Amino acid sequence: MAKYKYNVLVCGGTGCQSSQSALILENLKKEVAACNLENDVQVILAGCFGFCEKGPIVKIMPDNTFYVGVKPEDAKELVAEHIIKGRKVQRLLYVDPETKKHIDDSKHMDFYKKQMRIALRNCGFLDPENIDETISRGGYEALGKVLTTMTPNECIEVIKKSGLRGRGGAGFPTGTKWEFASKSVNDQKYVVCNADEGDPGAFMDRSILEGDPHSIVEAMAICGYCIGANHGLVYIRAEYPLAIHRLQIAIKQAREYGLLGDDILGTGFNFDIELRYGAGAFVCGEETALIHSMEGNRGEPTFKPPFPAVSGYLQKPTNVNNVETFANIPIIITKGADWYSSIGTEKSKGTKVFALAGKINNVGLIEVPMGTTLREVVYEIGGGVKNGKQFKAVQTGGPSGGCLTEKDLDTPIDYESLAAAGSIMGSGGMIVMDEDDCMVNIAKFYMGFIVDESCGKCTPCRIGNKRMYEILDKITKGQGTMEDLENLKYLAEVIKDTALCGLGQTSPNPVLSTLTNFWDEYVEHVVDKKCRAGACKDLMSYHINPDKCKGCTSCARHCPVNAITGTVKQPHTINQSLCIKCGTCKSVCKFNAIEIK
Amino acid sequence: MANIKITLHEEDVKKLNDVCNSFGNKPGEVINVLHAAQGIFGYLPAEVQEIIAANLHIPVAKVYGIVSFYSFFTMKPKGKHPISVCLGTACYVRGSEKILEELKKQLNIEVGGTTADGKFSLSCLRCVGACGLAPVMIIGDQTYGRVSPGMVKDILAKYQD
Repeated sequence: MAKYKYNVLVCGGTGCQSSQSALILENLKKEVAACNLENDVQVILAGCFGFCEKGPIVKIMPDNTFYVGVKPEDAKELVAEHIIKGRKVQRLLYVDPETKKHIDDSKHMDFYKKQMRIALRNCGFLDPENIDETISRGGYEALGKVLTTMTPNECIEVIKKSGLRGRGGAGFPTGTKWEFASKSVNDQKYVVCNADEGDPGAFMDRSILEGDPHSIVEAMAICGYCIGANHGLVYIRAEYPLAIHRLQIAIKQAREYGLLGDDILGTGFNFDIELRYGAGAFVCGEETALIHSMEGNRGEPTFKPPFPAVSGYLQKPTNVNNVETFANIPIIITKGADWYSSIGTEKSKGTKVFALAGKINNVGLIEVPMGTTLREVVYEIGGGVKNGKQFKAVQTGGPSGGCLTEKDLDTPIDYESLAAAGSIMGSGGMIVMDEDDCMVNIAKFYMGFIVDESCGKCTPCRIGNKRMYEILDKITKGQGTMEDLENLKYLAEVIKDTALCGLGQTSPNPVLSTLTNFWDEYVEHVVDKKCRAGACKDLMSYHINPDKCKGCTSCARHCPVNAITGTVKQPHTINQSLCIKCGTCKSVCKFNAIEIK
Repeated sequence: MANIKITLHEEDVKKLNDVCNSFGNKPGEVINVLHAAQGIFGYLPAEVQEIIAANLHIPVAKVYGIVSFYSFFTMKPKGKHPISVCLGTACYVRGSEKILEELKKQLNIEVGGTTADGKFSLSCLRCVGACGLAPVMIIGDQTYGRVSPGMVKDILAKYQD
């Protein structure tokens, strides 16, 4: 990247692309060309910078200026001021919410201060469609080192010693997994990258594939060398067109550079990668289901053993790792196992990427060392709960995880501590909820997801979860009984013990954790027929507080069903028989006069 | 599988046969073939599945089993402007269900349905990765972020051509 005076990086993450970052890129390129600066300034679409809340983001190197909320029409000013005159465009800089000062360098932002970027090391720093930039940042160095100076067993030892555990959720030690596959004797073995990110509310694998695809290509080749495989497959969601596109480019470029294909780096090692497309099934994140899907079947899991390391894809030994797990491999090789294992807690080493979202000020993609507390993530990196509302819960692990509360906020993030608190690490979704979220409704939401996504193979998951969903639905409609709560618990325990695969066994977790942490709220729904969050429509009604209502008529004008009546400057009233409880009146009232009862 | 028999254009059938051939008519490639077929037809009606089954020498039931298993495959044609509402957790807690309700009301269709004039179809998806913009809805290639129920009508009006 050194040959240019300025590198302008436009965030190409999904969030920023949804806010016209492609047009920003185009406009910046046009401006640079119009000013005849093409030889000095390079404009590229980089991977996700992580700070999605403030997108679209434009970063200018080498001075690392971080512009937020950029619009396509700002391109002219950015080039004229920053590039030509060397003056930073103040109005596009991040404003610290506490000090109200402009911050121009991301390093000084609270959002980034506590982060440590290992898996995301290259995301947002290079052009993912240019292999030279990856190589200039140390890409493929690890592959070279492994192929020329290490035996497969030595390399596996390094991974084992680093303490890296599977980032897909379950946390199985990666080195041990590789060792199993390497010890399986067969003429053909496979390396599979699981890029079927299914947790609704998690997008870290996608961001790595879009921002640093070469790290995955490199890591898969290293894995192939270690376990004795020369064929790699990436199972990727068809819904991720940009990630697919960039991975295809990366594979092609790696082949051209002799980093994939036959006789890699002249060492006699052969390895190549092909893509397989997922078609939208959450259960395909489970490795046996994923393998069946790659074989062209319904993605139904099968009982383990035999483990894929013995009999996987096409009945051959197969090693399946998640995208984020692979992203850690090259840097462990180059920096060493001791360096990696010095980060994190006793049993959970390294860092973890989370997609922080929900009712939080700084939505984005973050990476923190293991052992960071949930409180640090929610309040220091996340900037606290949105609109000054009361924190209620943080959900980790997606549909297989649980909801943790205020009392759990000092839990350090590692596999064991999260499990002890009643949730799981999961793949990295982290959703913050506030006082307006009804936990019974949230449990119902996850159960609805599981009912949709259950493959139907085993009875506990197929029928048990459906029954649980029906009970939850009954409760949210005010028709639940205390016996229902007992049944819910009983069903959850049975499903946990008897379901076939990891998806089924963990599916009752959102219900169990909310039953434990929010028992009172369930009882309120059942006994008092009340939803304190005002989320369950059948258990709430909107009322206008006559003391607060100024008679501005805003609610009456916005009501889609004309349920609000009243004269100007007099308190209005809501006709409950007409009201459809859409909440429009509450959102438009400037005087907080609309109350939920 | 389907109530109405449809007739496929000859050139489309040829394209489909070519797709099957390009994957060597191998049974293991059925998912890749289906992806390509949906790319050609926009959906996977029974007639398309029958041709694929014949080419790959597998039972139609197996093809149908796969199509119905994966949510990406659809047997119903989509509207001219397909609408998807994100029901990922981040969008859900920020009110995407209300957006969905409003869309159902405005378009008078259910999830999975298409309007009578074929203009809009409505579906849900789980997380598009734009959680910073929650709640999110997508029409065609255009993503709309931070949508409120009140905005839905105006957004739809842009497509009343």
